[in-house]
Parts: sequence; structure tokens; C-alpha cells
Amino acid sequence: MTNSINEIENAEVILVSGSNTTEAHPQVARRMLAAVDRGARLIVIDPRRTRLAECAHLHLPLKPGTDIPLLNAMMRVLLDEGLADDLFIEMRTENFLALRDMLNRLDLEETAALTGVPLPLIRQAAQLYGRARKAVICYCLGITQHVCGTENVQTIANLAMLAGQIEKEDTGVDPLRGQNNVQGACDMGALPNMLPSYQGVHNEDYREKFERAWGMRLPEATGLSLVEMTHGGPQGPIRGMYIMGENPMLSDPTLNKVEETLRGLDFLAVSDIFLTETAQLAQVVFPAACFAEKSGTFTNSERRVQMVRQATQPPGECRADSEIIMELSARLGYAMKYGSSGEVMEEIALLSPIYGGMYHDRLEQGWGLQWPCWDRNHPGTPFLHKYYFTRGRGHFMPAGHTAPGEAPDQEYPLLLMTGRIYHQYHTGTMTRKSERLTRECDHAVLQINPTDAKGLCLRQGEPVRLLSRRGEITLAASITDQVASGMVYTTFHFHEAPINQLTNDAFDSGSRCPEYKVCAVRVAKVAP
Amino acid sequence: MHDVLTTCVYCGCGCGLYLHVEDGLVCGSQPSRHHPVSRDNLCVKGWHIHESVNHPDRLTTPLIRKNGVLTPATWEEALDFTAQQLGRIRDQHTGKAIGVLTSAKCTNEENYLLQKFARTALGTNNVDHCARL
Repeated sequence: MTNSINEIENAEVILVSGSNTTEAHPQVARRMLAAVDRGARLIVIDPRRTRLAECAHLHLPLKPGTDIPLLNAMMRVLLDEGLADDLFIEMRTENFLALRDMLNRLDLEETAALTGVPLPLIRQAAQLYGRARKAVICYCLGITQHVCGTENVQTIANLAMLAGQIEKEDTGVDPLRGQNNVQGACDMGALPNMLPSYQGVHNEDYREKFERAWGMRLPEATGLSLVEMTHGGPQGPIRGMYIMGENPMLSDPTLNKVEETLRGLDFLAVSDIFLTETAQLAQVVFPAACFAEKSGTFTNSERRVQMVRQATQPPGECRADSEIIMELSARLGYAMKYGSSGEVMEEIALLSPIYGGMYHDRLEQGWGLQWPCWDRNHPGTPFLHKYYFTRGRGHFMPAGHTAPGEAPDQEYPLLLMTGRIYHQYHTGTMTRKSERLTRECDHAVLQINPTDAKGLCLRQGEPVRLLSRRGEITLAASITDQVASGMVYTTFHFHEAPINQLTNDAFDSGSRCPEYKVCAVRVAKVAP
Repeated sequence: MHDVLTTCVYCGCGCGLYLHVEDGLVCGSQPSRHHPVSRDNLCVKGWHIHESVNHPDRLTTPLIRKNGVLTPATWEEALDFTAQQLGRIRDQHTGKAIGVLTSAKCTNEENYLLQKFARTALGTNNVDHCARL
């Protein structure tokens, strides 16, 4: 997020795209609704009529996978109506002419038709966004989980820069991060192409810095991404894996391929707090301490690095993951010795510029610090891109429409989207252990439009078969007009209905993000 | 009973909450009133965060697969076996044949250590996590 979560409350216009905020980010949704109470305008771009869409002033129900044409059409309206921020474009950006030329070549009517959203609605949204003094865009996996995810994000950045809606307080572009520490895991270099603090592995200077600190040569070539590792098949490039606290056997696309790959490994070790679907395939399972049994830091979506404090002793023989890693590393001939998580953070601060001032003694006081925090005296950064972008000038990256990897056809006529619900979390490893959360919601449902349900003679709650080219699951039908005819929607939390057996493993070539928001399926009655 | 101020482990909002601890067990939670994100409010998952901590299904001992079945083992056995297997694959096929997944649920420090472990001890950049899922 370029902003802090609280800044959303002060925005005049909030544009939400591909985020089911009330379910997945309740605290962010709370700020959005507070802003609406104070008179802010809320625009929601989502194929489904989510709860947030019901609260919105404008809901743009686009066809899945047409985010780029929709945003391009909005930008064209900004240009046509003189709502572009010329001064900002002149002072802070580059490559504007390429974007302008692309937009001017667009046929607005045609583009709008592609998205399924009426042009007057797009025009209204563009005017609201363009005229606001302070506007934020919040987006989530509905933008990124597409084959054109990278272009989607770039197009959002184009829109924000064109309207000059960045660089100020309460104004910016806010990707909402899913897991509690997904931001931190990226910051820490848990990426195949990045050392900590986004220092690329291919850059000799960065690598040399880490080689000196760590005392050995480091590999130069970009590594494999998660989907490449888990989809290589039994003869794939990976022979052994170490998995810490992840459950690809439920979270990854085309699960049959994941299972085949993991079963085909020579060796698999998993450390987790429960015996997950993935751990069940391992040769060795380590019992890990959970968040209440260790100390360290998490980094939230607004880049705030905060303390995690030990409240209790781990049960049985559980050990913290840091201990397990140090033990293994010593046995493999590379000794790592740290007396505490604070000591690890000191090393992080020395090697990662954006964490340069993050020391546990500082984080212990107050509510943590937001990166970039360059040194021990730096107060942290509540919002990004004041005066300059990280790369200097903001670069416009014009993009056109890319069709999804798989479109509905005669055999599989419906379009499936997947997402999350309020009471469950990710693969349910933790939330499904909670009696009360389970009581609220303990099974997967398939949202289907009344027209489609009628065509299939379905009744509310009836179990149905959901089939794609890759697999089949059974789950309960939930008949609702929250989804349009021709679309169905479900969640990926439940191992009894592992939706990722059906999802497509087409992925974005830039970000390696799988296309979870579009695949072709068929619904059938369960034979009586 | 005493309270420990910590950070919620569910979504990316990062609420500040107090864990209630009684007789060494986490038995409840409560939002921090002044924390900038939680501001005296938690979602339903945060309010019930303690239920997974004390769950009887928690793993409590290392397991090694023997004759196809995951069987309790000592830490020494499990660590030695893992190091030996990863070492063998590294030496036979180089680090490129090893994949490491870190966790968006673990701490920064643990993620840092695991990617460092992958890049040094295992000699591979095959390190990733579920950022995109």
C-alpha cells in the first residue's frame, strides 16, 4: 500500500477493484465505510455484487478478465474531459505520449462493450475519480490473479498517475496483502529473483554485498517460482523440498499436478503446526511453534513492521522455525548462530536499506514503524512517493486487452471465480480448528445465479457436481443474484471441496501468479 | 491471568491485540484500544485466535515416515535425516534440484533465515512463498 490503512478514511473517492474487502480485509473495509459515512464516494469494480458493492455509489460489474479495457476507457474519459493532471504528468512521469496515443486510438463504445459495463457508468466513475481532491484505489487478488496480472497493476498505476492521485496524504494506490506477513516475506527476499529489500540477485553489486556479509558465493541465476516448483511433475527439475508453514496441496492451482510432483520427490520435509494436506505427503514433519509461542516481527499491508511477542511455551516438543533452520544449516556445513530474533533483525537492518532503522528496541515502543525506514533516527514512512517515485519518474506502461487463459465454451459453459469468506482463512489449517468459526461456516458453497440454477433444476443447498477439464468436486449450491448469469463463485478454504483441483494453472509471465479468477466449468446435478 | 500485546496472525491488516494467558495457556484475546489498525475492534477470526493455539491436533513431536507411515521420532533423528537427504541431493544434483517454500504466516526473522539458508547452505535461489495465492 502506498498509504496507511487509516488514510483511506479521509479520502474523498475510494475506487475498489477486485477486492472483497468486507470479507478478506475487515479493518480496511471498516475505514472505507467510515469514509462513506463522512460523505466519500465509493466505486466498486467487481463482477459480483459483493457486500461492499451493495454499499457503493457506483458498482461496475465487469466481465471477469476485462479490467484493462475498463480502466483504459476510464482514462480516455479523463483525457477527453480535461481531467488529466497535466502538471503532475509533466513534472513526475515519463512515456505519457505512448499512453495518450494508445488511448486516443480506442473506440470507447467498443471497449465498453468488451467489459459489459454501460459506458455512462464508466464515464461517471472516471469523473468522480478524476475530480476528487484525494482519491485512493484499493485492489486485491481480483486484479493480480489473471494471466495479465502485471498489466492490470500497471494499468491501475497509469490511471492514478494520469489523474495525479498519488504522492499526497490520503491519496494513492493500495494493493491489499492477503496473509498477515506476505508483505514481510517478500521484503525478506523469500523470492526467487530478489535478495532482502528487493535487491535483485542478478545485480552484481547487491550479490557482492550479501556474499561479503554471509561469507560465501551466492547463486546468480533466478530461481524457480512456487508454481514452477510444485508443477514440475515427477520428472521435474526439483528432487527435494523444504516447506515451512505452507500448504500448496490446497492453495495451488491444478492440485493433481501438485500431488504428482510432491509424491515424485526424492525427499520432502515440512514444518507446520498441524498435519496439513502437504505434511501428510512428507518424509519428515517438524512440529513448529505458533505465533503465540515465539517472538519476532510481522509486516502488515501498510508496510508497518510490528512486534510479535511470546505469550506461552510451545506444546510438547515444538520448536520455533528459526531454531529448526539453524540446526539444519549447521548440519549442512553453514553455521548460523543467533541468540534471539532481535539479533536476526540487526542483520536484516544492516543489509536491507528499507529496513535500515528497524531494530527491536525501537519496534518495542509504540506501534512499530512503516518502511522505508532508512536509519535509526528515521521516523518511518506513512505514505509513499512524496516528491519522487522510487525509480525517479513514474513510467506509463500502456497495455491492451489480454483474453483469459481459458474461456467458457459449449462443454464448460460457466465461468468460475474463486475467493475467500469472512469466517475462514486461506486453506483453513487454523480457522477450521476453531469451534466457533466452524459453527459459522464449515462447508464450501457454490454461488450460482437463479437463471442458471433454474436451467439445471437446482434447489437451494442441494449438492452439485462442479467439473472442469482438470477435475471434479461436489459442493452445495447457493442460489443468489450476487453472481451474474454465466458465472459461478466459490472459496478455496475447504479440503472436502478442493476447488484448486479445477482451477487453471495458466499464469502471468511476469509475476508467476496463477489465474484463479477465470476458468471454465460445468455444473451438474448429483445423480439421485 | 496476564495479557501479552502482540500482532494478529490472520490477514494483512495486522491488528494489535492482547492475548489472555492463564496457567501458561492462551485462553482469549482482546483488541488494543489505541492500536492504529485495530482501534478497539477485531474481526471474528481475531476474537477466536486462541482456539487454534491450544488445539489437541497440534503436532507435538517430529515425525519420520517409516514403512510408509509417519512415526514419532526424536529431534536428532529428524534433523540428521533431513540434513543428510538435502545434503545428498545438493551434492548429487546441485542446489538447483532443491526447492524451498517459506511462509507468509511466519515472522520476518524466520523468512530471512530460511531464504539465507536456501541461498547459502543449499546454494539455490529456488525460494518462494504463496504471495500470489
